[in-house]
Order: sequence, then structure tokens, then C-alpha cells
Amino acid sequence: MTALSHYSAFALARRALFGSKWQRAWRKPDPRPAYDVVIVGGGGHGLATAYYLAARHGITKVAVLERGYLGSGNVGRNTTLVRSNYQMPGNTEFFEHSLKLWEGLSHELNFNVMLSQRGQLVLAHGPGQLDVLARKGNTMRLNGIDCELFDRPDVQRFLPFLDYSKSCRFPIYGGLFQPRAGTVRHDAVAWGYARAADRLGVDIIENCEVTGFLRDGAAVNGVETSRGRIHAGRTLISVAGHSSHLARLVGLRLPIESHLLQAFVTEPIKPFLDCVLSFGAELFYISQSDKGGMVFGGHIDGFNSYTQRGQFPKVRTVAECAVALIPGMSRLRLLRHWAGIQDMTPDGSPFMGRTPLRNLYFNGGWCYQGFKATPAAGWCMAHALAHDEEHPFIRHLALDRFERGNGSDEYGLGLWTYKQ
Amino acid sequence: MLRIPCPHCGLRDYTEFRYAGDATKPRPAHGTGEQRAWYEYVFVFDNPKGPHLEYWQHVEGCRQWLVLERDTSTNTVGQSWLARQGAKP
Repeated sequence: MTALSHYSAFALARRALFGSKWQRAWRKPDPRPAYDVVIVGGGGHGLATAYYLAARHGITKVAVLERGYLGSGNVGRNTTLVRSNYQMPGNTEFFEHSLKLWEGLSHELNFNVMLSQRGQLVLAHGPGQLDVLARKGNTMRLNGIDCELFDRPDVQRFLPFLDYSKSCRFPIYGGLFQPRAGTVRHDAVAWGYARAADRLGVDIIENCEVTGFLRDGAAVNGVETSRGRIHAGRTLISVAGHSSHLARLVGLRLPIESHLLQAFVTEPIKPFLDCVLSFGAELFYISQSDKGGMVFGGHIDGFNSYTQRGQFPKVRTVAECAVALIPGMSRLRLLRHWAGIQDMTPDGSPFMGRTPLRNLYFNGGWCYQGFKATPAAGWCMAHALAHDEEHPFIRHLALDRFERGNGSDEYGLGLWTYKQ
Repeated sequence: MLRIPCPHCGLRDYTEFRYAGDATKPRPAHGTGEQRAWYEYVFVFDNPKGPHLEYWQHVEGCRQWLVLERDTSTNTVGQSWLARQGAKP
């Protein structure tokens, strides 16, 4: 194993002057026959789990198995937003922990994840909705999370280019602003965690598909893969979108349906929108990337699918939201749109922790919120794998919570997978 | 655009329909007090990557409920029939 160099301004200057080649950021090891922990899924969550296992719990005999290449799944397909404006008990603390980890992540990983805390404004389009946001803001502040309630003149001063006209279909009454929310460069999250975990001895094995699980009665003790059999003390399923597919291989059925969520980027324009903005009349969220493209997304397509190809009517709906909110966007052209497969759960909250099978752990069902949760999900799953118990932040997210009547309905929409 | 064959109206855009989930799950008998059966029926999904039988309602057409065969890995649509004919026609 070659020693991997530390990234710094000095290293950059040295390479600029002397032109030495950059080393690869992580090794390409062949799978060993056995590990203490095998993590199925090399997305953000799987890599973060591996990193915190090695860095916080001293467990370094860990393999991360990825079917494709790193960053080819949802960690490279999201709209890169991070925030912690949640109000259900458990969720508030969990997502705030995540945001705190984001704040120190570039330093911790020695990899610039380009966190930009430009703030997020959620809009209200009626007095009732503004009351709901005020309540959410109070919940946040009671938990030590700063936020500010804006009335209509505040919003107009802050974002003068929204539609404030008399004929506006959804007039703006105000909004809730979280100044510490923002965006992160999503690819860098996968690469940064991979590189940092690799430096601590974790094996990251790409192009390695799990095809089955090794069972010993009610225990799981490894996986069958396209690159051979790998024994594991503990195994984690962390495969957003394909959770049901993997769980079926081990005989579990989950309260999850796989749906498509599309995201969109326009042609780049000059700096225009300097915060993350969420529409309140529909599910629509938008920010401007550092390259200038407007990045936005909306609801899921509405029926289950694994195709990673979105349907056109949703493109139209989302574009209508964009123009209803920001009329100045009407002449922008879309550069790209794409779809990610996401696990939808009945209450919009994920499942994390142990499963009915011994030594098998599960992290999935992230609905719209997987990306922002990446550091805390890794943190809490590392805790679960190291101690065989759920971290206090995730005790309300057990796999059997619907059987016990304990759904965590963050959005107040009822327990309905494709309404979340 | 996904297009769905309606037994009454022919091939129509999916936006005219409402998706209503897995059509293969048997509903527990009325009055069944067994929690496990209701939990499975309401919350648990096979969610296969491949052939799937599912309910759709043609809300902007004949308003009939139908069962559709669709492959969730390609969105290829197969046969459809009226839901009152059962999970298999």
C-alpha cells in the first residue's frame, strides 16, 4: 500500500512547480476472504459509515462493496442541499447533528466538499402556512438551531425577483430562513469519505455486485458477490433505491417502494439566487450552483420504478413551479435532467438499525432526505455496527415501527408511501 | 411518456390515471383483528425490480379501476384488465 499524500496548499504549489503526478485517491484492492464489517453499497452513506467505523470506533477491517463505480448512485444524483429544519422528536436532533458534521467535514476528511452555507428560505403562501412555519421555527430554536421568521416585506427585500404581483396565483406571505443551511459539492462527499476511509485501511471494492447472503440460521455471516464469497462479522445493507431488492435476497420484505425523483439544471447564468429557496405551494426547491446553473427538483414521478429515467409531465410541472415563483426564469433553457431511484417509506422517514436477522443491519428508506443526512447516517450506523445497538438519535427509526404503530410522520401527510 | 392501455378507452397517457399500488396483495377479511395481517397488507411491499401487477384508476377517462402489468426495471407495459376481474383475468 502506497502512502497517500495529504492535500494542502503546499502540496498543490509543489505539484504546480515540479509537475509530479497526483496519486490515486484510494486503492483498488481485491476482496479479502473475510472482514469484521462488510458494507453493501458504496454511496455516501456506506462510505461515511466505513469512515466513522475506522475513525471513531477503531474498526478498520472493513469492506465497502459497490456494484458500479463510486458516486454512480444517488450521492451523485441529488440537488446537494443540506439543512436541519425538522420538527419531529429525533429528526430535529439527527439532522442538526448532520449539519454540524457537514460544517467540519472538509477539515476532517482533508478534502474540500465545498460546503456553502448560503441559507435556506422556505416560503409560506397563506397565514395558516406561516403559522406552521413559525411553529417549526420555535421547535428548531428550542433545540438550539438558529432560524428567522420573515414576513412579506422581509422576503421582498431579500429576494426582490420573486413574483409579488397582484395576479400571483400563490402570493407570498413570508417564510422561515435557516442561515446555516446550504449546499455541498456532492461528488466530493463520496470521494472525500472514500479517500479518508481508505487511508485508515478500509477496502473499497468497486464493480462488485452482491448476489446473495450467507445465512447461518437466523444470522447473516457474509455475502456472495460477483467477485467471490466474502465472510463478515457484521453486514450492513446501505443501498438507496435498491433496498427491497437486496432485502429480498436475504428473505426480508420491507415497508418501502422505489420511486423516481428527477432533478434539473439550467444553462449557467451570472450569480442570481444566493440562497436555497423552497416553494410552499408545491414541492419545489432551487439553488444556483457555483458554475451558475439553476439546480432544482420537485416531487417523485408518482409510481414505482427502477428505470432512472423520469417522465416528461413532471418536467413540465417542475418548470411551471419555477416560473410561478421566479418569473425571470421563463427563458432559461434546461441543460440536463436526470432521475434517481429512491426508497419511499410510509411516513417519509428512513429505517436505520438492526434487522430481525442477527449481524445484519439496515440503512435505507431515505425518501427525499438522504444526501443531507449522509454524515449523521454514517455516524449512527457506525455506532450500530460497533455496539450492536441503535444510537439515541435513531431509536425512533426502527424497521418494525409500523408494526408497533409508531410511524414518524414528519410532514403530517398520513402513512402513505407515494404521498410523502 | 408512459402510456397505459385502458380496456375501455384504449392507449392513454399515464397522467390521466391515478396510481394505486401493488395489485397482488390479498386484503385481509373484514373484521380480521390480527395486526400482523393488516400490517403486511397496508405497509409492506414486494417492490420487485421486474414484472409488477398494479392498480390504476382512469380518473380522467372512464373512471374504472384496472390492473396493469408493467416491468418496473424498463417501464414496459403489458396487458391490462378491469380490477373487478381480479388479480388475474
